[in-house]
Amino acid sequence: MKSLETAGGLIGRTVERVEDAGLLTGRGRYIDDLPVRRETAHLAILRSPHGHADIRAIDTAAARALPGVFAVLTGDDIARLTRSMTVGVKANVECWPIARDRVRYVGEPVALVVAENRYVAEDALDLIEVEYETLAAIVDPEKALATDASVLHPSLGTNLINERSFRYGDPEAALATADHRISIRIAYPRNSCTPIETYGVIAEYDPGEDAYDVTANFQGPFSIHAVISRALNVPGNRMRLRTPPDSGGSFGIKQGVFPYVILAAVAARVAGRPVKWIEDRLEHLTASVSATNRVTTLEAAVAADGRITALCWDQLEDCGAHLRAPEPATLYRMHGNMTGAYAIENVAIRNRVVLTNKTPTGLNRGFGGPQVYFALERLVHKIADELGLDRLAVIRSNLVPADAFPYRTATGGLLDSGDYQTAIDRACAEGGLDALRLRRDQARAEGRLYGIGYATVVEPSVSNMGYITTVLTPEERAKAGPKNGAQSVATVAIDPLGSVTVKVASVPQGQGHRTVLAQVVAERLGLPLEAVRVNTELDTARDAWSIASGNYASRFAAAVAGAAALAADRIRERLAAIAASQLNVTADRIDFKAGKLFDRDNPDNAISFGRVAAASHWAPGTLPDGTGHTIRETVFWTPEQLEAPTAADGINSSLCHGFIFDICGVEIDRATGQVRIDRYVTMHDCGRILHPGMVDGQVRGGFTQAIGAALYEEYSYGGDGSFLTGTLADYLIPTVMETPEPLILHHETPSPFTPLGAKGVGEGNCMSTPVCIANAVADALGVEDIRLPLSPSRVSEWLYGEERAPSKPQDSTPVATGVSGERLLTGSGSADVVATRDSVWTMLLDPNTLKAIIPGAHEVRKVSDTHFRAEVTLGIGPVKGRYRADIRLSDMVAPEAVTLSGGTEGALGSGRGTGRVTLTETATGTRIDYRYEAAISGKVASVGGRLLDGAARVVIGQFFQALARHAGGGGPPSAAAGFTQRLLSLFRRHR
Amino acid sequence: MKPASFDFLCPDTLEEALAALAEGGGEARVIAGGQSLVPMLNMRLARPGLLVDIMRLGTLRRIDTSGDEITVGAGVRQAELEAWTNLSRDLPLLAAAFPWLGHVQTRARGTVCGSVAHADPSAELPLSLVTLGGAVSLRSRKQKRKVKADDFFIGMMATDLAEGEMIEAVHFPKARPGSGYAFREIGRRHGDFAIVACAAVADDKGLRLGIAGVDDRPRVFALPALDDDQFDDALNDIAWSLNARDDIHAGARYRRELVRNLGRETLKEASRCRA
Repeated sequence: MKSLETAGGLIGRTVERVEDAGLLTGRGRYIDDLPVRRETAHLAILRSPHGHADIRAIDTAAARALPGVFAVLTGDDIARLTRSMTVGVKANVECWPIARDRVRYVGEPVALVVAENRYVAEDALDLIEVEYETLAAIVDPEKALATDASVLHPSLGTNLINERSFRYGDPEAALATADHRISIRIAYPRNSCTPIETYGVIAEYDPGEDAYDVTANFQGPFSIHAVISRALNVPGNRMRLRTPPDSGGSFGIKQGVFPYVILAAVAARVAGRPVKWIEDRLEHLTASVSATNRVTTLEAAVAADGRITALCWDQLEDCGAHLRAPEPATLYRMHGNMTGAYAIENVAIRNRVVLTNKTPTGLNRGFGGPQVYFALERLVHKIADELGLDRLAVIRSNLVPADAFPYRTATGGLLDSGDYQTAIDRACAEGGLDALRLRRDQARAEGRLYGIGYATVVEPSVSNMGYITTVLTPEERAKAGPKNGAQSVATVAIDPLGSVTVKVASVPQGQGHRTVLAQVVAERLGLPLEAVRVNTELDTARDAWSIASGNYASRFAAAVAGAAALAADRIRERLAAIAASQLNVTADRIDFKAGKLFDRDNPDNAISFGRVAAASHWAPGTLPDGTGHTIRETVFWTPEQLEAPTAADGINSSLCHGFIFDICGVEIDRATGQVRIDRYVTMHDCGRILHPGMVDGQVRGGFTQAIGAALYEEYSYGGDGSFLTGTLADYLIPTVMETPEPLILHHETPSPFTPLGAKGVGEGNCMSTPVCIANAVADALGVEDIRLPLSPSRVSEWLYGEERAPSKPQDSTPVATGVSGERLLTGSGSADVVATRDSVWTMLLDPNTLKAIIPGAHEVRKVSDTHFRAEVTLGIGPVKGRYRADIRLSDMVAPEAVTLSGGTEGALGSGRGTGRVTLTETATGTRIDYRYEAAISGKVASVGGRLLDGAARVVIGQFFQALARHAGGGGPPSAAAGFTQRLLSLFRRHR
Repeated sequence: MKPASFDFLCPDTLEEALAALAEGGGEARVIAGGQSLVPMLNMRLARPGLLVDIMRLGTLRRIDTSGDEITVGAGVRQAELEAWTNLSRDLPLLAAAFPWLGHVQTRARGTVCGSVAHADPSAELPLSLVTLGGAVSLRSRKQKRKVKADDFFIGMMATDLAEGEMIEAVHFPKARPGSGYAFREIGRRHGDFAIVACAAVADDKGLRLGIAGVDDRPRVFALPALDDDQFDDALNDIAWSLNARDDIHAGARYRRELVRNLGRETLKEASRCRA
């Protein structure tokens, strides 16, 4: 690109952010702050408590009858007014924003209520009765492939929705002739970069024009606008999508609001009034968007000196219950840079995408990078260790040479610029690696556990909108037509008073785009920063945009700010021509500075910017012939390097490739398993830095989220598909207390492909830091199979030897495993009652007795001698919920033993379990022994996992307490019945 | 995440509050700082018909020091006790426990008695109360009674509180000269629910160790001297006796090891403080 002479010197300075004064004084305008029309109704969503179940019936009559309810919609109602959302691969599968005949993940929408306010809407949710028939759930992506695995989408016939293999160079030959073949297997967990502001949608439908008008805190890419319009069955111009002025973070997640755009739009149409929905935190954690979990086997062909000659990737990607656009993009975003920072000629890749009973995946900071680099950088460490080589030496010997840029990777990526060797040398020197090694040696000499890890990462930015078509075969691509590019757009406008407005389709989520755009345009036009005002709201009905618009793939600095610079330059050129004619010099002598245009050779010959700029408005006749106006200039810019995939599946998946080299020192506490990050150095090359303060902010933000991924955060699922981390007390986001201070270093090699030489920087530490910490922990402990997050409990498994046995045998209940592999709540107890065995037996089979002894039973109906239905209120402490219970008796040996099995279903979730009760005659009456196992899912499991075991014990204990009371109990409780004993003693106290 | 509808009463006298609780029966609940109850209301995990706000009852908002115990009224916020001038002199165990207790924001609203009433098995205040051998004053319209803390906590979020009753105050025995106290905790993050929390007292009666986060309620045990041959066996048997369970944050084995490791360290620290 041409380099521009500038006078202002604003770019590259940490100027005060123009956003901050408003945000820090509570003047942000987030979606929930926006005014809505008076008749606006509120939407609430009934969500599946099951990971996998068929919907047998939905009864919405009571909800519809509730005063204040305007509409209740089910999946069939939505389907009548929409089409299935577009799926990114060729597969016989539909993708709906709400369940129709089957639920496939906990939290999947099942019904919608539109009511006068959110309270009434949630009251109505409680009144909707759904009859489910649960199915075996698939949580583990490898088990999803089993031939006898439960299939999520019968039309697909399998859970493997897509498979492609790729081959570049001659990986087989490289493997066959290699000195060593070294491989590693990685299971990367599910997590998410959790924004502080959740999803929000305000939707309206105009029946006169058959048009939708939606405001949502959507972040792009606006290719999704096409998906929404198609699903709503309207042309794009009848699906107006607007974004609010401010958005409270996204990190990719708010791309996933789009299914709710569809739901809210239809709800508004059916309710005949505007509808507003603000997602709550439980909804967000349960069902917004997750990053993919992935199982990777990576094998390298390695020469004796540590040179890697081939990489063979086998990636099994878990996209959750539905393949939602733009997935499986997580898997393909990194395709051009699967060799990382290394020059490796031969590559084989097998990519498989499976569907499981978990939340559908979507955009997430780092998008594909964490999963890829975790495998690659763990392998590089392992190679060095297995060959007895220095790890840094192995890294260095494989790097892309500094004189090789732009460098074409084996898989088709074009690494734009870099000097990896110098960046690493500087990181080691300025980051104090020698001192860190001494520190490690000293700690080890003292018997402490200390390790050092490295990570070397190429950070892609500015996605090629065509990369996802790499998932199609070359034949399919040829048929569909090529897809490529990344249109970014910026408008610079000058009003009649000569002040400058910049408008972009970048949809910032808090980054500070307005500040950087003001810097760029003010510098170009020789104006002070405050003379330029930037508007980043987006309205698809009024603004310039394209499918690549939005805020993702770290595209802002490289692409959007670049487009703004190009638009400013076009206006600048015309302003120079106008000024030249008025100053009687040639345009090439005009310079811009301090609000003036002047003759560079005679600065006194000057004219104010405002006067020149106003000419197009007030006196267009004075413009020199052939010079266009300066009122408004819109530039669309797409880089030529972003070509469609080649016939050989080569793809330059991203325009820019930054570089990161991280060093981490950790110490692990032998007694507690806690991992303490002692030192962290992160070296970045993100090309030209536009605003150093914001770049460091991006690094810190990514680093903190990566600390979360490495040590704290995981979306946990039970084997039955129950979701276990529905609150921020269980989904653990690191706070400032948990986040160490990294040393941030920079080495700038400007990108030759972007207008400003800038590259993206926002996602890099999400890719580098998890594996860097893992490498350090591996170094400290000498273990290979590092699984994230590295919780103290998990780390302790490597530290603790054989457990010390108790001095006397324990009455411990073994943890049972259910048929589908879920961990069950188990317990046992006993109670002595002063009643005969026959009378206790009779009580157990009598509805009236059951009503009296089932905790909180309102009604018990006898369906048959061995089948009862009950309405019960269960709970502990203040936590109470009403459930429908279905209880069956089996394996009856009168009057000795019976098995009670059944399920409960209610607004707080569902449970099912089995209990074996045995009755033994004793001197004073009867001894009741019971053992049970239960599984619980739904809201209670999502928010109360920590307490569930104990809660189940309480509730089941209540049953036997009541039975004992009913039978006139009061004999000495058994010593083995710890909990029941306490309950019974309580009961005695109250009597 | 909006609560189901409920009535809200903010009485000016204790009698009014007790009358409302008596009439409300199982449907009525006291709300003080709301740091546990409000999230449960919002998630509709709790659906009381009536909330009785006790924060306007001036008589409950007092810290009394009479005799050998510190009485903390039901309206005293955690931050108020934390900032109480004599805390480190009279309740050194609490002074050591407070930094682990939620966050500055939750302490600013939450009450001491509210945490005791909630009876979370990992909570620091119930653990401290039990370890110190404190007591809970309960009040209903008909009667007043004082229950030993160890009897008050029955199980997971289950207490001896009867319908129509409220906690009027909790009583912490005042620290005696020549006694040592220590508090340690392991959680995932600062301010999180404890995986294991240990509170220790070393005095002329010997060593006592309180443990939260493992069993369904805080438990307290007497232990032999640290240099006693039986010490490790006793601690090990305590670790095994607590019905440790797995959850998503930590395994049962890990909890037992923490009881051993953290328990020993906490007792050591208490012994050092005594010396």
